[in-house]
Amino acid sequence: MQTSLGSPTLSAIVSFLVIVALTLAVTYWAARRTRSTRDFYAAGRSISPFQNGLALAGDYMSAASFLGIAGLVALRGYDGMIYATGWLVGWPALMFLIAEPLRNLGKFTFADVVAFRLRQVPVRVAAAFGGILTLLFYVLAQMVGAGNLITLMFGLPYEWAVIIVGVVMLAYVLFGGMIATTWVQIIKAILLLFGVTVLTVLVLSRFNFSPGELYSAVAARYGQTALEPGGLVSDPVDAISLGLALMFGLLGLPHILMRFYTVPNARAARSSVLYATGFIGYFYLIIPIVGFGASALVGREIIRKVDSGGNMAAPLVAELLGGTPFLGFIAAVAFATILAVVAGLTLAGASALSHDIFTHAIRKGHATEHEQIRVARIATVAFGLIAVVLGILFKGQNVAFMVGLAFAIAASGNFPALLLSIVWSRFNTAGAVWSIVSGALMAVILIGLSPTIRVDLLHYATPMFPLRNPAIVSMPVGFLVGIIASLVTREPEAEARFHDEKLRTYLGIGAE
Amino acid sequence: MQTGRHVLESAEFRRLVAGRWRVSLALTGLLFILYYGYIILIATNRQLVSRPVSGATTTGILLATAVIAGAWVLTAAYVVWANRQYDPAVAELRARAEKR
Repeated sequence: MQTSLGSPTLSAIVSFLVIVALTLAVTYWAARRTRSTRDFYAAGRSISPFQNGLALAGDYMSAASFLGIAGLVALRGYDGMIYATGWLVGWPALMFLIAEPLRNLGKFTFADVVAFRLRQVPVRVAAAFGGILTLLFYVLAQMVGAGNLITLMFGLPYEWAVIIVGVVMLAYVLFGGMIATTWVQIIKAILLLFGVTVLTVLVLSRFNFSPGELYSAVAARYGQTALEPGGLVSDPVDAISLGLALMFGLLGLPHILMRFYTVPNARAARSSVLYATGFIGYFYLIIPIVGFGASALVGREIIRKVDSGGNMAAPLVAELLGGTPFLGFIAAVAFATILAVVAGLTLAGASALSHDIFTHAIRKGHATEHEQIRVARIATVAFGLIAVVLGILFKGQNVAFMVGLAFAIAASGNFPALLLSIVWSRFNTAGAVWSIVSGALMAVILIGLSPTIRVDLLHYATPMFPLRNPAIVSMPVGFLVGIIASLVTREPEAEARFHDEKLRTYLGIGAE
Repeated sequence: MQTGRHVLESAEFRRLVAGRWRVSLALTGLLFILYYGYIILIATNRQLVSRPVSGATTTGILLATAVIAGAWVLTAAYVVWANRQYDPAVAELRARAEKR
């Protein structure tokens, strides 16, 4: 099969320019509406539940899940489906455990909730540490992935690809703040859902619109084993540990949590999770069809030859079924996906630096609106530059494990402190700080000792920690340390303020 | 903010909070059974998951689809409960707290 992948075709360039022009026009419109910190961090709390559901889906559905899961299904069959389910199951948990309290208690960041009745400076610094660590690993994986994918699809040099992503997404965040970032996510989510839907219909049209015939074609070509579990769940403890990280990591991702402040109240927060779960569930239902379609129609050999990780399975089947123009569209959508996710991460990173560190830890809450926005913009540029530099420094490195690491840190460092601060009256400053620091560091250390780093990357014969996914150990550590540190210290003011917090948590009295 | 103290100590408020967590934790439990049950089933009974149901389609493919659909149904169930039961109770307690 001849492919125009890797050369900049007219349709790819036109689709890309149209998307960039549209999103920059939205940014221009948003910039004129961004006056206060409430606009910059929380889009004036004016986003509707439906819009926020799309934006949440946009923040969450990365290029890694679009291209990566399609590729995993194409090359490894059913294992890719098992992996896809893990990416959805955090959403119901987010709804049941923290969505509404989070909205009622916070203002701009999840640290607002943890620090609600605790001592501001230590808790803000610890929460910003956990949040920024999560975001750095996440953004690093996105940037390296962006450079590689754009090189593969458009033939652009790696460094240029990373710099273009950095410049365009900085324009969104810097000028349009959360209003522009939200609309970029909405546009991206619609394009991605539309593109993958068209691709699914095209695949199924080759099989009389019957998934059963598609599966039979896959089985005929690669054997029935393609539709059976393979090596992914060979170790159930590791599989459950991965599941825990994916499920509870979502409940500690700063860029996802901050979206809940863009809607007017807790009821709207609740509805937005339902919409998001619907969009994301639909996405993970149809993406395996694209992957199976690629292996049945394009063939594993060709997919592997273009990219050994399988990332080009979806673009290749798009080209086969829709020709070069459709490939160009899909490539541009993948590019837009990366831009939007990186923009969301950068805004969350900037908020941690400016709202938590500058306004609350350094200025003790006394900073003018004007100052806060200025610092937020400086922090945006700083975080964006760090992302670009890291992306270029890690060129050619295997960073696939870093998304898993980001989820493990979020599940072990950010989530336990967030949940305990909402439900437990005895939880205090010492508990929050030690919980976040120990959970986050435990996740990092255990990954460092795991087979992923010790054996695959450093080529030692044996790992020092047997699991590839640390959450089953590091998340309980985060909880236990938080509980023990709270029990051995007393903070009567924090306990006294828990009553007021409860009125706000459950009734929304005094919520922003 | 002493205004809500009488509401805070009322039996209705305690019932509201206890009921909210009862529903949340029950649904979280169902989610655990759904997802980790699925993972443990794959790990322990590979034959069942690999069994074809019609043509080449395996039980595993149906199970994966059911996990995704089930996760959405649980989310929707929470929203239906919260809109019907929780919100009216919150509105009443809130009015009481703010009236004083």
